[in-house]
Amino acid sequence: MNWLSPTLVEALIAMSKALVILLAAVLLGAVMTVVERRLLGLWQDRHGPNRVGPFGSLQLVADMIKIFFKEDWIPPFADRPLFVLAPAIAMASLLLSFMVIPITPGWGVADLHIGLLFFLAMAGINVYAVLFGGWSSGNKYALIGAMRASAQTLSYEVFMGLSLMGVVAMADSFNLREIVNAQTTVWFVIPQFFGFCTFLIAGIAVTHRHPFDQPEAEQELADGYHIEYSSMKFGMFFIGEYVGMVLISALIVTLFFGGWHGPLLPPIVWFMLKTAVFLVLFVLLRAALPRPRYDRVMSFGWKICLPLTLINLLVTGAVILIVG
Amino acid sequence: MEIAFYLSGLVAVLATLGVISNTNPVHALLYLIVSLIAVALVFFSLGAPFAGALEIIVYAGAIMVLFVFVVMMLNLGEAVVAQERAWLRPRTWLGPALLAGVLLVTLVGTLWRGDIGLVIEGETLTAKAVGTLLFGPWLLIVELAAILLLAALVTASHVGRLRPPEKPPTDRESGARKEAS
Repeated sequence: MNWLSPTLVEALIAMSKALVILLAAVLLGAVMTVVERRLLGLWQDRHGPNRVGPFGSLQLVADMIKIFFKEDWIPPFADRPLFVLAPAIAMASLLLSFMVIPITPGWGVADLHIGLLFFLAMAGINVYAVLFGGWSSGNKYALIGAMRASAQTLSYEVFMGLSLMGVVAMADSFNLREIVNAQTTVWFVIPQFFGFCTFLIAGIAVTHRHPFDQPEAEQELADGYHIEYSSMKFGMFFIGEYVGMVLISALIVTLFFGGWHGPLLPPIVWFMLKTAVFLVLFVLLRAALPRPRYDRVMSFGWKICLPLTLINLLVTGAVILIVG
Repeated sequence: MEIAFYLSGLVAVLATLGVISNTNPVHALLYLIVSLIAVALVFFSLGAPFAGALEIIVYAGAIMVLFVFVVMMLNLGEAVVAQERAWLRPRTWLGPALLAGVLLVTLVGTLWRGDIGLVIEGETLTAKAVGTLLFGPWLLIVELAAILLLAALVTASHVGRLRPPEKPPTDRESGARKEAS
């Protein structure tokens, strides 16, 4: 066993941890599709999928089989390379962002100094999935959906970055692990309440979740940018949305709710519990709120959220200067 | 890290060549995005991760999205592809490429000798010197240029403003106007 040097063992352990986190993220995204439908059924006073397996628990398997065996059709009028590339970007950019999230003191893939900026960069890349998907489909509804998506995402990403700068200023670091460690006494949601509110809104908008699902509004756009997609290519857009939901929930927990910190229970349980709360909140928002008009979504972003984050950042900076 | 530097540099150059030679505007933009990401990787390998992340956030994540957005809205068709093809004929680019080649040879030759202090007259003008000159003795001219830009901004906002829809004059009004004149 000479070749099994300590560095190699360390590298193998780190790699397996990364794989476990990757698989957990994808699986959680897939499971959320079913959990969401059950919860929506509960809140909207109907049954939801409850026929396959005990309490509908095997619905996920049925969905997977269905989506894998559908015909993978590329329209003849589509731009082939971009049409294939778009779902890959959608999935990959979000999964890569999980790299920087510290789950417990011992678990986490990369300990980047620029962790938060890495997430923002990946969120920026993620826009191309929708843009290219909509354009390469060669379909007017898809194009309009992509237009809306990119305009909405650009507007909301502007203050998504700004809303996090208060946290960065208070923790004095872009490193997510250090941000979590800075919250041992008080969670950042208390001093950075407006930052939390705006980040939550921006996170919902960037993942195109209800009520910011303008790009795929069924009534107006017949599903928007992924209207021409079928089989597993559609599946990647679909699962990508839920992976984005998990990502934003985990980020909110890391940035504003103290990450793994909590009394009694082990760190991993605290992290999962807190993340689950925000996942349920995402579903509850979808169950409760109607979809606003597109121009109102845009003016809300620019006229209310952007000034709010700027004021929040100014006040945070002033307080830090005075206290420090 | 050196391998990463040279590899990403090579990717950046190849992707930029792809931007120029591609006839489909959206595909060309895709190459440009790849080129920007490669440049970000160059920053990473040089030990400047902050600059690399900003490169992706600002250029690849925001500015290029607007480019793609506009190109998608234009709905460019076969005519544009044909025009691009025409531009890529050797007759079109051979002359400029020859002249640019002379410049490249001069640049490489100067860098090769490593003699940066060798200038025709006076000394090398650094960015710092330009900055102190611009914001020292020539401050008035800088401010005047800024006012010119402001005037352009005001003009653009005036041209692009929303006009209230003009009502066509009713019969009675035009009749009254005729009587008055």
